[in-house]
Amino acid sequence: MTDNKLINLVNISKSYGDTIVLDDLNLYIRENEFLTLLGPSGCGKTTTLRILGGFETPNQGKVIFQGKDISKLAPNERPLNTVFQKYALFNHMTISENIAFGLKIKKKSKEYIKDKIKYALKLVNLEGFENRMPDSLSGGQQQRIAIARAIVNEPKVLLLDEPLGALDLKLRQDMQYELIRLKNELGITFVYVTHDQEEALTMSDTIVVMNQGYIQQIGSPEDIYNEPTNAFVADFIGDSNIIPSIMVDDKLVNILGANFPCVDTGFGKNKPVDVVIRPEDIDLVMPEEGIIRGVVTSLIFKGVHYEMDVMANGREWLVHSTDLSPVGSEVGIWVDPFDIQIMNKPESEDEEAAEIVE
Amino acid sequence: MKGMIIMNNKNKLLSITEKRANNSMKIGSKNGIKLLSFPYIIWMIGFIVLPLILILYYGLTNKSGEFTLSNIALITDPINRKALLLALELSLISTIICLLLAYPLSMILSKNAKNSNSIVVLIIILPMWMNFLLRTIAWQNILEKTGILNTILKFLHLPTLNIINTPTAIVLGMVYNFLPFMILPIYNVLSKIDKDVVNAARDLGANGFQTFMKIIFPLSIPGVISGITMVFVPSLTTFVISTILGGSKLVLIGNVIEQQFRLGNWNTGSGLSLVLMVFIFMSMAILSKYDKESEGSQIW
Repeated sequence: MTDNKLINLVNISKSYGDTIVLDDLNLYIRENEFLTLLGPSGCGKTTTLRILGGFETPNQGKVIFQGKDISKLAPNERPLNTVFQKYALFNHMTISENIAFGLKIKKKSKEYIKDKIKYALKLVNLEGFENRMPDSLSGGQQQRIAIARAIVNEPKVLLLDEPLGALDLKLRQDMQYELIRLKNELGITFVYVTHDQEEALTMSDTIVVMNQGYIQQIGSPEDIYNEPTNAFVADFIGDSNIIPSIMVDDKLVNILGANFPCVDTGFGKNKPVDVVIRPEDIDLVMPEEGIIRGVVTSLIFKGVHYEMDVMANGREWLVHSTDLSPVGSEVGIWVDPFDIQIMNKPESEDEEAAEIVE
Repeated sequence: MKGMIIMNNKNKLLSITEKRANNSMKIGSKNGIKLLSFPYIIWMIGFIVLPLILILYYGLTNKSGEFTLSNIALITDPINRKALLLALELSLISTIICLLLAYPLSMILSKNAKNSNSIVVLIIILPMWMNFLLRTIAWQNILEKTGILNTILKFLHLPTLNIINTPTAIVLGMVYNFLPFMILPIYNVLSKIDKDVVNAARDLGANGFQTFMKIIFPLSIPGVISGITMVFVPSLTTFVISTILGGSKLVLIGNVIEQQFRLGNWNTGSGLSLVLMVFIFMSMAILSKYDKESEGSQIW
């Protein structure tokens, strides 16, 4: 991955009537990056993508592509192609006519178009589908045709708007690997929109977590998961225990009255903070070996692991473990200092949604 | 006897229905729906199928009941032929005008927000709630030599227009009365086109015009076909509009047929009706070639 900034979104704001969808958003996208915009519905991720594609005009701000302002260009004048959520195939055309659409508009030669169709269908594993009609294909096949239709135009960037949202779980997982393979083979930039955190963690180089029109955190999947910058990110990505605590000193945090050693420094003394502990990072040990003691209150078998609720110091702790502790048993809770993530406490609701300035 | 057999069959059907209803709720409800369609089936037989058979019978026989093709051959009579050709010409012109008016309007409507649309659609449908005859007679009052239009023109010291009793008046009447039947199916089909399909075409490099020619128009063809059918057929067969707005000199094939029935010449009237039906079926056949799914049938 190069550090080449391909796209720069500068001070983008968008509102519909009184509803502010995006508020002064700044974001850059590097060349050859798989960037995912992740967030709950209504967070502004799809709007951001549509602004990139040219289907929405921002009220303020600029879209810079390779140093040029493309904010005013119509979708057909932009060097990007989009894969839409509900495929948006042309149902009155065959598969090959669908794929050829962009190339015919660009007046490419018949030979070139034919080769491209063949290449694209091979790339998405749908050889021999040339003369089928879109509605005779399954959802997954239609989505792959939509991808083929976009990539034959050799865009610098492929925009994908929740392309797997309508597919069932198994197909969705297969398509995730397919997309990673496609991206590697094509060597182009993918901008991907999803509300599915697992999808984002699996495929992305960079994840942009959004909420209420603000960017909450930008980082690699590991960063986002292991070091969420605020309670929203921690809560949205995976399961977590978010516990209001007090930072006693550097490398020592008081959680629910017990002192836990940690690795974070620079928060000051006796400062209120939020602590994130992932359920799989909690070790259940013998009561006397733990930092605090608790009682198991519920136990669910989840396949890969057991999910347990442990009541300790007046709070339910969510624990994932491959080892079973029966309901009612007394256990000790122990957490590795590296697995305790400390976050600044937001002073108000507004600040919680506010943009993180790097 | 016949009645008895029908009754018996009905009873059998009923008992079968009951049995199935007992066997399975699903099948039972299906048969329930079948049962509910009986009134309509009776209606259809009495008022659609039977009259058609009668027209076929009268059209192919003479007054003494012998088989003949002379009723149909009457279409070659100069007066009848002229009436048919004029009807074809005027209904074709009306259909084209309706299409040219309806398509852009439907485009604008389908692009608008949903709630403001319902008001516009209501305005389009509103005249249809008034009696068809009244509406046409109102046009007669407007277009007459001393009618509303000419009174206004005279008041403004402008030359008066002589529209009443001309083909223009008939076309105007047809367009006015049948335009909603063109707008609604086209609007219907256009508003169902996924916005992202249009976006996808733009995204793939098509400009606005190319998107219209390659995506929007081809996808709207079913609506256009329904619209054409629903304007062309009633225009071709009308006799009310031509009587009220065309005067006695302009005779359409509908007027000829109406006259024959009035004079008691059921055979001639039926024979000419059969010819007209052939023309309608022919136009439908041509149109259905382009029509994959019939849109707007819900309006009928």
